[in-house]
Amino acid sequence: MRVEFRLSGSGGQGLLLAGIVLAEAAILDDKNAVQTQSYGPEARGGSSKAEVVISDEDIDYPKATDPDYLLALTAESYKSYGPLMGKGLIIVDSSVPVSADIAARTVSVPILETARDKVGKKVVANIVALGVLGGLSKAATRTSLEAAVKSRVPKGTEELNVSALRAGFELAELAASQRGARKTQA
Amino acid sequence: MTRNAKLMQGNEACTIGALAAGLEFYAGYPITPSTEIAELCAEELPKVGGKFIQMEDEIGSIAACIGASLAGKKAMTATSGPGFSLMQECLGYASLTEVPLVIIDVQRMGPSTGMPTSPAQADLMQARWGTHGDHPVIVLAPGNVKECFELTFKAFDIAETYRVPVIVLTDEIIGHMREKVILPDPAGLKPLRRAAPASPAGYKPYAADPDGGVPLMAPFGEGYRWHVTGLFHDESGRPSGKSEVADKLMRRLARKVEKAAPLIEEHFEESLEDAEIVVVSFGSSAMSSLSAVRRARREGVKAGMLRLKTMWPFPDELVARAASRARRVIVPEMNLGQLALEVERAGCGGAPVTRLGKVNGELFRPEEVYASIMEAVK
Repeated sequence: MRVEFRLSGSGGQGLLLAGIVLAEAAILDDKNAVQTQSYGPEARGGSSKAEVVISDEDIDYPKATDPDYLLALTAESYKSYGPLMGKGLIIVDSSVPVSADIAARTVSVPILETARDKVGKKVVANIVALGVLGGLSKAATRTSLEAAVKSRVPKGTEELNVSALRAGFELAELAASQRGARKTQA
Repeated sequence: MTRNAKLMQGNEACTIGALAAGLEFYAGYPITPSTEIAELCAEELPKVGGKFIQMEDEIGSIAACIGASLAGKKAMTATSGPGFSLMQECLGYASLTEVPLVIIDVQRMGPSTGMPTSPAQADLMQARWGTHGDHPVIVLAPGNVKECFELTFKAFDIAETYRVPVIVLTDEIIGHMREKVILPDPAGLKPLRRAAPASPAGYKPYAADPDGGVPLMAPFGEGYRWHVTGLFHDESGRPSGKSEVADKLMRRLARKVEKAAPLIEEHFEESLEDAEIVVVSFGSSAMSSLSAVRRARREGVKAGMLRLKTMWPFPDELVARAASRARRVIVPEMNLGQLALEVERAGCGGAPVTRLGKVNGELFRPEEVYASIMEAVK
């Protein structure tokens, strides 16, 4: 089965790295994975987008066509890519106001806040987000995600990043149970 | 995990392919979207006793590579459109002086500075005709990360065997895309090296069979004295204004690549046997195309895919044969019809050719190619 991810936000948030780690984790699980990106000429700021396609089969087209998951860390990226979502789930940072005009299923998750206050470093928001994506999609196992994080983050920051990933897993469990609860109510 | 499976970027795979082929010298000037090649060469070459130089510009970069190659080293540079434009004069020099060399052009949107971070495939004709004068050219185009490794490796073998500059033509998507690859063990690879003369006595640097022969190449610094010039030259390498010398040299150079063509031709095909709609493409556009062809097939449409890996010399016969049963040939490419013109020229058994050009800095979506296929079967 083909699972598509779009990770969006602003340049410098590390979404490209999050995409790379997600793809690498899937490969560790013996799946096929392709990661692509699009970005502006700026090194920081501007919009940034990484896409990951994970599949058990051959991947002919490397880009997301109808993403199963959209991560939006900024209001701008939510507004740009949210309206393009069909069947998939939007995971938006809780700092971004959710719009009633964007119809796709949406969960609001405190990713930036968790990175800053709970893990203690704003810069690991990308890895917290990765934990949320991994936890909700189950497209890669936790073991592989941890191994991929350790192999791709700068030396000396492995522990920090693994705790960010685990914080993301917890957020995913919370988000999943809330979605479950809402469904039961309906 | 499958043993040795790695998540690797196209640019990275090009560099690793070059190193596996025995790259010893890299001179370049960083430019998006090719910069990772320079970065990785800067990191890896010193470890194997090679040299990395960041030059003042792309003219200096290719000139330094020519110098290194004349001194017997395997040399490479990488760039994108704007830098490739600057390299054209020296590319012609390398062609006429028969200096082995590999140039990677990771295409981006042009002309001019264009859109530095967006993909295009519009250097196809520049790769063929960018430098002035008639000259044979060999251009290889990878269609995925693994082929970045394979075709860069092969580019060195071709450059060394035929004493020609070889261009590896990729694009921003292929260069920056990361995918799962399993590369061969470098220990099992046998990269080729140019044939050298046995001794300096009586050495004639440009003596070769007029029917496409390749002269023996002596490395500078090992006791050989020979002359290298961008003027037309005789077998001794000395300038000559004689018409018969020029004619003989031009025809030998052309014949050399013409004879190599069937030996180096490579392509990928799927479902061509009974295809009525044939999609011909290359590089990243071919990924969208293949996805569209597979969808059409699943829906019972007789569509087939031909993806070229050897762009120049253009595989005329292959294209003509693949399209011989076609009712329609579709050519998706990120330019306004450069490959389509060649496909039309090669002849498609009379089938009309759809020029499906895209020039907005974005890769084709599969449904765009699919729509063109469905339009054709209507």
